[in-house]
Amino acid sequence: MKYFDEFRDKTIAQGLARAIDTEVSSQRAYRFMEFCGGHTHAISRYGLEDLLPANVRMIHGPGCPVCVLPASRIDMAIRLAERPEVTLCVYGDLMRAPGSQGQSLLRAKALGADIRMVYSTLDAIRLAEQTPGREVVFFAIGFETTTPPSAVMIRIAENKRLEGLSVFCNHVLTPSAMHSILENPMIRNTGGVPIDGFIGPAHVSTIIGTRPYEPLAEQFEKPIVVAGFEPLDVLQAILMLVRQVNQDRYEVENQYSRAVTRDGNRRAKKEVSQVFELREQFEWRGLGLVPNSGLKLKRSYAKFDAETRFAIHDMRVADNPACECCAILRGAKRPVDCKLFGNVCTPETPIGACMVSSEGACAAYWTYGRVRDEQMRQTS
Amino acid sequence: MSVKADQRSLDLENGRVELSHGSGGRAMAQLISGLFHQAFGNEWLARCNDQSAFDVSAGRMVMTTDGYVVSPLFFPGGNIGSLAVHGTINDVAMSGARPLYLSASFIIEEGFRFSDLKAIADSMGAAARGAGVYIIAGDTKVVERGKADGLFISTAGIGLVARGLDLSAEKARVGDRVLLSGSLGDHGVAIMSKRQNVAFQTEIVSDSAALHNLVAAMLAAGGGGIRVMRDPTRGGLAAALNEIAQQSDLGFHLQESTIPVKPAVAASCELFGLDPIHVANEGKLVAIVAPDSADAVLAAMKAHPLGSNAADIGEAVADDHKFVQMTTDFGGRRIVDWLWGEQLPRIC
Repeated sequence: MKYFDEFRDKTIAQGLARAIDTEVSSQRAYRFMEFCGGHTHAISRYGLEDLLPANVRMIHGPGCPVCVLPASRIDMAIRLAERPEVTLCVYGDLMRAPGSQGQSLLRAKALGADIRMVYSTLDAIRLAEQTPGREVVFFAIGFETTTPPSAVMIRIAENKRLEGLSVFCNHVLTPSAMHSILENPMIRNTGGVPIDGFIGPAHVSTIIGTRPYEPLAEQFEKPIVVAGFEPLDVLQAILMLVRQVNQDRYEVENQYSRAVTRDGNRRAKKEVSQVFELREQFEWRGLGLVPNSGLKLKRSYAKFDAETRFAIHDMRVADNPACECCAILRGAKRPVDCKLFGNVCTPETPIGACMVSSEGACAAYWTYGRVRDEQMRQTS
Repeated sequence: MSVKADQRSLDLENGRVELSHGSGGRAMAQLISGLFHQAFGNEWLARCNDQSAFDVSAGRMVMTTDGYVVSPLFFPGGNIGSLAVHGTINDVAMSGARPLYLSASFIIEEGFRFSDLKAIADSMGAAARGAGVYIIAGDTKVVERGKADGLFISTAGIGLVARGLDLSAEKARVGDRVLLSGSLGDHGVAIMSKRQNVAFQTEIVSDSAALHNLVAAMLAAGGGGIRVMRDPTRGGLAAALNEIAQQSDLGFHLQESTIPVKPAVAASCELFGLDPIHVANEGKLVAIVAPDSADAVLAAMKAHPLGSNAADIGEAVADDHKFVQMTTDFGGRRIVDWLWGEQLPRIC
């Protein structure tokens, strides 16, 4: 498979693994957070952790938009979908995400709500064109990668005068979340849960470029290597992080140079800034309220904003107190440290952010990682 | 299908199914004789009874039942009709049985085109004849528009097992080999390529096929060494092996590099964030075989047209957790878990 196989070459992988093994210092630990679910998935699916030395540990970050969407936003979506005039268009992963009372869009659909699984914003446009009497609401979610299509959709709706189409906006911003993780008192004060560096987002960075990470690297003195989602990308990024740590550098480096530039996709960024503006704060499952971390529609596009149009409001609900997502997302704890993991919280019945989508830290661990720990326990 | 009728023929070109075609009257008789009997044509249906009688030799019989609700009804490599026949035959065949007779019950939505119904029934007839089995009983119901998605088919199948043969999911033993008859994911990807909102161009066609002759060849080669056979349909190979692991109280260890997946299937799965090991197949089987019979069985599979890409993909191992594990191409290990709920694409 062209453009895939080249980045999955076993021999090169083993070479990178040997280089990492040679260059790590046995005197210290290396704790790297891969921010994105896509990286978590690659690490798990290819068993990359088995190729790393024991003192290099990967911490699965909050970079899965479905996982970090708080229960209150799911509740709002369900309230929207329950309105008889509304057809709610949703990406597949979201259907199972739990609301505050354990309800989900999947269950709401079974109870009669008109909820359609879509694959792109184009499906929502088509639906709005085909059903002129209906209120078609697109459940917009995702980091900077999925924001430009939402912006374009709204502009198409405006041009085509699609009166029935609106957006329930849940777009969030990556650098703000990274900032929130690093600012956490647990990391800042105690020094007990350090992260030695980040593997920076792949697809997100194709849009925003690498520049937005520069202040983070500088302020918190953490190296950041933007990397692609293929297994060789991840291994090479780990090697680049090891080198930075060894040399006491904290720079933003770009491993994913085949797709990412320093300034990103200017046209996409322009589309986004025409339609969206910053929210003062947005709630993340596991991270709580994060300032300047979410987007909403500008006032000039208010008629396409489902929150305004249907006057629905955010009712904040507390996460399950026993859930350790907050600590897991920050690398302070591992999935097995959570009392709920594998008991009440499983991929079939997710409680916390990390178990919701297959890219979440706990879900990936449940699916791919349990055996590794078991084997390590047995051999140690 | 017990009504004899000889009225004017159905308008198979432009006509549509109406409620009257399921009401037990003349219209229904017309549908049955003009369409289904034509397609399935055999001595049992020709007798127009409410049931069919057949003789069996003394021995061990197997029976299965299955429902078909595939969407879209027509897909590259087949349609709901051929799929229903192949799927039912395969469920019978996985016991090692020779499939003999099928029944088919049709729930048809009002307004369904006769031309489509005929194409589906004809392909069922062709699939049955190709496999040497007979559809000897059936039923037709018509429901109001909106009460069914075009057409649902439910089937039953009966087969005869050779004396002394008892394949079953609890019979896998540590050290057994895992043999797979060919590439994974063809059916699921073919279906997905025709779904309304994700349609894409691919040369992949469904692998829908009747596997009983392949099974017979394997049994002839491997005799008592074959412990379990499964056709990895919904949930894919991952579900099939996890089920056997649970039943047999052991684990499996697979080698990813040995599992055949066509490049176009692999590419489609990449696009939708799916794993071929979870994608449905309709013409593949996985067999758990005693180590000393594995080579002979694998050779027999490879010599059969439906097993030409067969591979030894791993072994049964002792494991209290009953995990299915896989060594990846990279040399790392991962768990191959069941799917959680429906297979949904990742969003970014």
